[in-house]
Amino acid sequence: MLKTLASHIKEFKAPSILTPIAMVIEVIMEMVIPLMMASIIDDGIEVGNLDHVIQIGLFMVLAAVVGLSAGLLGGIFAAKASTGFARNLRKAMYENIQTFAFSNIDKFSTAGLVTRMTTDVTNIQNAYQMILRMCFRAPFSIIIAMFMAFFISPKLASIYLIAVIVLALFMVLLMAKTMKYFSQVFKKYDDLNASVKENVTAVRVVKAYVREDHEKEKFTKASGNIYKMFVKAESMLAFISPMMNVAVYCSILAISWFGAHLVVSTELTTGNLTSMLAYCMNILMNLMMLSMIFVMITMSIASAKRICEVLNEKADIVNPDDPVTSVRDGSIWFDHVYFAYNKEAKEYVLTDVNLRIKSGETIGIIGGTGSSKSSLVNLISRLYDVTEGEEGAGGTGAVYVGGVDVRDYDLETLRNEVSVVLQKNVLFSGSVLDNLRWGNKEATLEECRHACRLACADEFIEQMPEGYDTHIEQGGTNVSGGQKQRLCIARALLKKPKILILDDSTSAVDTATDAKIRKAFAEEIPGTTKLIIAQRISSVMNADRIIVLDNGRVNGFGTHEELLANNTIYRDVYETQTQGGGDFDENGGEL
Amino acid sequence: MAEAKPVKGPGRQLNFGPRPKLENPVGIFARIMKYVLKNYTVHCVIVLVCIFVGVFASVQGTMFTKDLIDVYIAPMIGAELPDYGPLLSAMARVAIFYAIGIISAYVHARIMVNVTQGTLRDLRNDMFTHMENLPIRYFDTHAHGDIMSMYTNDIDTLRQMVSQSVPQFINSAVTIVSVFISMLILSVPLTVLEIVMVIMIFMVSKKCMSMSGRYFVSQQKDLGAVNGFIEEMMDGQKVVKVFCHEQESMDRFNELNDKLFDSANNANKFANVMGPVNAQLGNLSYVICAVAGGLFAINGVGGFTTGALVSFLTFTRQFNMPINQISQQFNSVIMALAGADRIFKLLDEKPEVDEGYVTLVCASEENGTLVESDKKTGLWAWKHTHQATGETEYKRLTGDVVFDDVDFGYVPEKIVLHNIKMYATPGQKIAFVGSTGAGKTTITNLINRFYDIQDGKIRYDGININKIKKADLRHSLGVVLQETHLFTNTVKENIRYGKLDATDEEIYAAARLANADGFIRHLPQGYDTMLTGDGANLSQGQRQLIAIARAAIADPPVLILDEATSSIDTRTERLVQEGMDRLMSGRTTFVIAHRLSTVRNSDCIMVLEKGCIIERGTHDELIAAKGRYYQLYTGSAPEAYGA
Repeated sequence: MLKTLASHIKEFKAPSILTPIAMVIEVIMEMVIPLMMASIIDDGIEVGNLDHVIQIGLFMVLAAVVGLSAGLLGGIFAAKASTGFARNLRKAMYENIQTFAFSNIDKFSTAGLVTRMTTDVTNIQNAYQMILRMCFRAPFSIIIAMFMAFFISPKLASIYLIAVIVLALFMVLLMAKTMKYFSQVFKKYDDLNASVKENVTAVRVVKAYVREDHEKEKFTKASGNIYKMFVKAESMLAFISPMMNVAVYCSILAISWFGAHLVVSTELTTGNLTSMLAYCMNILMNLMMLSMIFVMITMSIASAKRICEVLNEKADIVNPDDPVTSVRDGSIWFDHVYFAYNKEAKEYVLTDVNLRIKSGETIGIIGGTGSSKSSLVNLISRLYDVTEGEEGAGGTGAVYVGGVDVRDYDLETLRNEVSVVLQKNVLFSGSVLDNLRWGNKEATLEECRHACRLACADEFIEQMPEGYDTHIEQGGTNVSGGQKQRLCIARALLKKPKILILDDSTSAVDTATDAKIRKAFAEEIPGTTKLIIAQRISSVMNADRIIVLDNGRVNGFGTHEELLANNTIYRDVYETQTQGGGDFDENGGEL
Repeated sequence: MAEAKPVKGPGRQLNFGPRPKLENPVGIFARIMKYVLKNYTVHCVIVLVCIFVGVFASVQGTMFTKDLIDVYIAPMIGAELPDYGPLLSAMARVAIFYAIGIISAYVHARIMVNVTQGTLRDLRNDMFTHMENLPIRYFDTHAHGDIMSMYTNDIDTLRQMVSQSVPQFINSAVTIVSVFISMLILSVPLTVLEIVMVIMIFMVSKKCMSMSGRYFVSQQKDLGAVNGFIEEMMDGQKVVKVFCHEQESMDRFNELNDKLFDSANNANKFANVMGPVNAQLGNLSYVICAVAGGLFAINGVGGFTTGALVSFLTFTRQFNMPINQISQQFNSVIMALAGADRIFKLLDEKPEVDEGYVTLVCASEENGTLVESDKKTGLWAWKHTHQATGETEYKRLTGDVVFDDVDFGYVPEKIVLHNIKMYATPGQKIAFVGSTGAGKTTITNLINRFYDIQDGKIRYDGININKIKKADLRHSLGVVLQETHLFTNTVKENIRYGKLDATDEEIYAAARLANADGFIRHLPQGYDTMLTGDGANLSQGQRQLIAIARAAIADPPVLILDEATSSIDTRTERLVQEGMDRLMSGRTTFVIAHRLSTVRNSDCIMVLEKGCIIERGTHDELIAAKGRYYQLYTGSAPEAYGA
């Protein structure tokens, strides 16, 4: 993990090294000042030597100035190193995510990726800054202070040593105990917040059933529990401050008592005694600081782990070494294809699929939820790879496009020729035109218009206030479901692909428009192989041939009439839909 | 709920850096304090006393180090037989002070735990209680992420403020005052010198603070941009892959990322610099005081002694430290205030008003008149106490609903439903059809008063629904939404949600009625299977079956159903369909229909378009009229019907 992270600091090696150095210099200067102070008292004031006071005073000013510059530089370097580190982490994660195959994306949730790139990176940035500035500073200043104390009076310094050890032991014990409590509390705390979230999203259910009081009672109980746990955990922390006081005060008393003896027996000067008292505070303050750093690092370890998960994720699909860069035609051949999302899974999502589709054919695909319709088409543009079967299961399975195994194509070539309109489709913030040009960067306005005409999107776009320049909100929230689907189809058409796949892409479009789109396809892009997944039987029944999928197997493949005659599933679906189960009014929101 | 577009929130709020424009920070601060003091006045007083005692003890300690040298050690130097007695007694005295200081530090810390956590608990409870009472409109107009962030981020920042910043402020203030007095006692001229230095430190750190504050604001902005971009692209990552758009998205990201690096670097730089500047200026003032004090001591100005100088210098440190601390806490206080502002806005949000006075009671029929009954009779009646006469009237709950010229708009300026007139007699099935956005869901939301109408009247069993207590009105209505929401709990408890005192037997019966019993029994722990994440471990159809069971157990006379759009999963769909049909039988039902069979079997079909009922009638009547319904109907499956 550390190695992974460290490689992203490289660019900021200099500030990362300079920060601790600057901090150490600052500490030294801070330490020197009490020493000089002792000298002012002993050799200046006590003996009435004014020159000495001024001379040492000037040195002290100098030390303060050096300390200030070191502090400033340290701060500047630390900022640069930590924010730069954060930038590199974000960049590296983002770049790695871009190489992800669908299977990699599935592994992480969108929310998970977002948190990793935002909150987690911020945690790491703060922790790294803290480490740079404090991790050397605090121990170093303890060491120096100890060293100085021993230099002045080994006898008195041993008091510190005892205090430090006792305090450190106490802190470690306390931390270990509280961390345990805290991890419990935070889990409960997450649960509580999850329940708030549930109430926010399901507010209509709560209100419809008049369960406000029920929910309040539940919440109050949970929050009361959390209160108890937090109090338990934090009352441990309440010992820290008094414990620090105990250590400081005991040290002061001990030093005063033994110091007095030493001064009286002239083993120690008054000035030195003052310095000793100053170091006392210093050591204990830094010890406190260390315990804080400790907590902070522990907290950021979880974030670091999550970031490394993304950074170390290897793309499942990469370009072949000597890729084929042109696609001959739009024919598709599934040859003994087996597929499972998880390599270890016992059951296949697709089992022994054998299909030959001619270039230019229109193919309908139908089947119940979970019958692997999407999985089937996703193999064509190599969004997933065919699973290498075990012995006897046909390990030679492959998908061929234009007569070539999809695994031999250059990915970009393949995906430009096989255009998929995904089931869960997304529009991006930007103008309508910007969105369309995802399909083809160089597309002219005329080409875009043409694609929109085919997808029946032109009518509503032209009615929009700014036509093709209308701004689309993030996620396409300002267009209706049906409009979104038609825009996505137009976008896919702009690629001028050899194979066009519509994965349930007209579900929110009314039946009449749906038919119009299909008609346009048949007339305007006859050479393109079209695969249409649909839930509505009316969307597929006019296709050249229809694939009926059931539980990952091809249950039937033929024309509407053939299937109606021979395929029970198809007949069943047909009857349910035409005799009362069909969509009635989903006109996609525009009339 | 396509009709009610949620207002887009300001996006993900990240919890650092001051946010621009905070109105009336003093007022917010005062309100937080009032909130804390409401339940913890005694605690706070004790903490305050502890702070005073603690500061007093530590001042005593410093005073002791002064006397240590001058009074106790100096006389002993060179003495034949040094008498440690006075020193010992002085130490004993100061040890008592220390002990008091330690005890007060513990009491302070321990009580603050209760004050902080207790206040947060109260605040959370108040927030949640208040939130539950807010009208649906609030949830429509506030992004759910923003509401959540109040419970997490904002509460967290508040915790820091209440538990650390405020006590530290008080501590610092008390320390500053007491140290200042002590310094004055020791030496007036040196104190003046120190004050001058402090003012200087203060000015410099103020400058740093405003610089870093400015960059924090722009960092916040850039961070928002990066977050927004990541969120959008991660959501569309599969589309990016499909369109081979990786390079473009990377370029755009790098641009935003670099910008963020720039502003974050600057913001952190100034924030980091503040510490050393304060510390070293503190050192500088320490040095200057040392030299000046040394001069005074040598020349014996105003009886200034070495011991006094030592104490004074310690005071200088103690004086600088709290100022340093205050400036460090400043950022977190600003953040907490911004969070508190949002929380208070939630608490100030107007709750759902309920002026209804007609209640739902159990009744029994005696001699042809309805009489209120304590027992569960299965017969429900509206108890209507007329406000004018004080007479109480009982009216049987039957499920007769009338819309009389109803106008409605989510915002008053934009009416989305116009002149809705309709009636449903008990047991009738009313279907709404029309395109998305025609206002079907909106109408059903008016019956249970999720929203209040602008004009017209809705009557339920002849009573204006505004006169019925909302809770009782909603109890009499069952709702199955298209988007099913389940709670993190067992299947059994999720069904019980419809009727909290339902027995297990009743639950099984409801599940059987809803056709859910079969699949539930096949779940790993049957009815005791835990559902998490909105029932993520179930299929859409199964979730809907549970929702139907939940409505069935409530056994309401009136139902509002939002049918799911058809799916091809014929088996589950058939189960859902049967369950719904059984649920509907014998009840007045308003159904947002998607299935032909539902529509055809309805007693009356309302065809909605742009918020108006444009056609109404039975299936046969509407087909004969050859209007919009005919278009929708035939357009729906033209091939299948040979049209």
